[in-house]
Amino acid sequence: MAQHKVNYLQEGGAPIALTTIDKIVNFGRSNSLWPLTYGLACCAIEMMATGASRYDFDRFGTIFRASPRQADVLVIAGTLTKKHAEYMRRLYDQMPDPKWVISMGSCANTGGMFNTYATVQGADRIVPVDIYLPGCAPRPETLQYALMMLQKKIRKESIFRSSKRKRLV
Amino acid sequence: MRKYTPKDDVQQKSYFTDRFFITPSIPRTNPSEDEIFANDLENLDTSVEILESYVEMGHLVIYINPEDNKKAITYLRDNLDYDFLMELSAIDYLAERDGFEIFYEMLSTSKHKRIRLKCFITEKQPLESVESIFKMANWSEREMYDMYGVKVVNHHNLKRILMPDDWYDYPLRKTYPLHGDETAQWYEVDKIFGKEARDVIGPEERDSAAVDRYDTTRFSRLGHEVDYGVDITDGKEPEHTPLSYQEEGGVGLFGKRLVKELTPEKSVTLDKRR
Amino acid sequence: MKQQVNRLKPFFENINFEREDNTMVVNFGPQHPSAHGQLRLLLELQGEEIVKSVPTIGYLHRGMEKMAENMIYNEFLPTTDRMDYIASSSNNYGFALAVEKLLGIEAPRRAEVIRTMLLELNRLTSHLFWLATHALDVGAMSVFLYAFREREFAMDLIEDYCGARLTHAAVRIGGVPLDLPENWTNELATYLDILTEEITKYEGLLTENRIWKMRLENVGVIPPDVAKSWGCTGVALRGSGIKWDLRKEMPYGLYPELDFDIPTADTCDSYGRYKCYMQEMRETAKILRQLIPMYKDSGPELMAHAPQYISAPKEDVMTQNYSLMQHFVLVTQGMRPPRGEIYVATESPKGELGFMIVSDGSPYAYKIKMRAPSFWHTAILEELLVGHQLADVVTIIGNLNIVFGEIDR
Repeated sequence: MAQHKVNYLQEGGAPIALTTIDKIVNFGRSNSLWPLTYGLACCAIEMMATGASRYDFDRFGTIFRASPRQADVLVIAGTLTKKHAEYMRRLYDQMPDPKWVISMGSCANTGGMFNTYATVQGADRIVPVDIYLPGCAPRPETLQYALMMLQKKIRKESIFRSSKRKRLV
Repeated sequence: MRKYTPKDDVQQKSYFTDRFFITPSIPRTNPSEDEIFANDLENLDTSVEILESYVEMGHLVIYINPEDNKKAITYLRDNLDYDFLMELSAIDYLAERDGFEIFYEMLSTSKHKRIRLKCFITEKQPLESVESIFKMANWSEREMYDMYGVKVVNHHNLKRILMPDDWYDYPLRKTYPLHGDETAQWYEVDKIFGKEARDVIGPEERDSAAVDRYDTTRFSRLGHEVDYGVDITDGKEPEHTPLSYQEEGGVGLFGKRLVKELTPEKSVTLDKRR
Repeated sequence: MKQQVNRLKPFFENINFEREDNTMVVNFGPQHPSAHGQLRLLLELQGEEIVKSVPTIGYLHRGMEKMAENMIYNEFLPTTDRMDYIASSSNNYGFALAVEKLLGIEAPRRAEVIRTMLLELNRLTSHLFWLATHALDVGAMSVFLYAFREREFAMDLIEDYCGARLTHAAVRIGGVPLDLPENWTNELATYLDILTEEITKYEGLLTENRIWKMRLENVGVIPPDVAKSWGCTGVALRGSGIKWDLRKEMPYGLYPELDFDIPTADTCDSYGRYKCYMQEMRETAKILRQLIPMYKDSGPELMAHAPQYISAPKEDVMTQNYSLMQHFVLVTQGMRPPRGEIYVATESPKGELGFMIVSDGSPYAYKIKMRAPSFWHTAILEELLVGHQLADVVTIIGNLNIVFGEIDR
């Protein structure tokens, strides 16, 4: 994980009262999260297995979209290398608001077992991450649980307050 | 005084060395004992100067001069029926012998034999590309250049292949540290945000045993989750909360439940997975 | 919300299509829905036909070869898992076999049987995954779901054995650490029966399908001399008519005792390779059926007896003092193999996976070069894609069965 200073209290910490509009919008957003097909390495296989027949991802309302312009969630599944970091930031910038990031697996969380010259030590050096999933590779059930936690987190947000996104700088 | 660490080989070395242990070597036999190899060696000798040859673990290993590599490989392919070039790379002996040892691993499908051609070049000595003979050398030589800095001449496209195009230094050399030098460690930050962001984002955490002070507070422990803001000092933490997939009371609006409530008690465990 | 300012500027590759030759440049970027990983193809198109293609790799380069120089042999074994991450036991086995040949030891009979079972199960998962993603890319999406269902059963079996679905590390230097659980062989037998039926169903869905044939015939033709020159191995070579499989020609492990055929195809195109893969799945099921009685007849030892290089079994380590001391030294310092070089190749589901280990006697290897078959199967795209239409690119990439973990290492 990165060592930058993040003020957790400021970022969506204290529970706030939600209005009805908030609840409707959050219900819509959380139950139709569209991920970007972003499989990098081995965790991508588990993500595909989550989307396949046994652990169905579609029942959460998720459809994998290929274009970042149409996606909500960026599931970083796999090792992020320094050569690729630039492109991941571009993809993240191309996604329209509101967007969330799930970092799946050890390599995306902290660089994982690849403590080498070519691996970014954690995707949160490049993009702000909402949910971190441990595992190498995490089971499909873990990814489902992470998605449900993300749904819970989204339902706590308020659309009127300019929600300060967890920023890197 | 700190211990002397040699700068020409910064890879991890064994902490303990056994002074009295003499490392055995893999046995090397004479190629004349195997008739196919003896035959091949004889034929190759007519075309190229052979410096040394032996049989190691079923492979015939032949040392040649680096200038003859194209000639030797062409001869092996055309006359001696070695139709696959399986692998080509360099071994870094810059610290001991001040050069690279290039090896070409070839396979003959008809004779079921493998041969290894080796030649020794110094650091800046150019090496002829064998791309015109075996097209697989196209990418292999690019990789060799990228990782070791071996200068390959007559290659149509000698660019970096595995590292980004503007990478500094050659990674697989023994002088290159595993964690990368300074440009390597800040590469992505410099590229995306610029040098000014270095202090904001902070250096990489390369210590795999590092423990952050706030680690335990920021992780959700499955089965012991509490909502943010709830006081859990001095044992006030609830005993065991079941995994909360949804909020308490379900997802509701106008008093009606929009999303069906997930009750773990009603879930069915199958004895056999379908 | 305001966009965070950074240094990345937009770039447009195809903005210069006002040149004389009027080709359009399409960037088949490192992220694309074709499920194969991080391949960047710069294609120059004349209409829909490709005039020039430049495959770029390296987006998953994690420095495994450098890691190998800084870790002891046993420590490096789980890293080899992540090379060909779809069939991880085959990479583990290749590495373990190379080190065992370097040390001059042999694994006991039961360990060999279990290893071969794992290898062939991995071959099944790899080919099923190939079928699933290839069909998904070409457009037959239901085959993706069916093949993943079969794959889940195989992964259940592997999970029952070693605990992990994807990255196993179930093969160690000197043998295997665990014995098969009870009833595993019976479940394997039931699985194989289900599998053979299902493969017939997939063939029924695809083989005589008009659309499948139109998309796959005469696409990606690799003539045999081109295949040899580019270093293609595995099905890419057998699909061009050359009958070369390391399990038969230069056998290792238990393969001399097993009875199976090697399918080849004479039409050097994608359809031939597809048929080879389907037939190989059936041959693998045949091999697995032969291995079940072999397991029952083998003695109980699982790791080779070589105290200088390999720790004693766990019961001895926990009770005998000298075993504990030796185990401690082997784990903290690492074993010291003899000096020398060795290259050992095995037949992984993708092709010939080779490990070249240069050892100077120290517990850390001097150099390990991993010969990954997919590396050259991607290099061949430079020459193969020219003349095809844009829609064929996805077919060819899928058909060649490339995995980026082993290309970039």
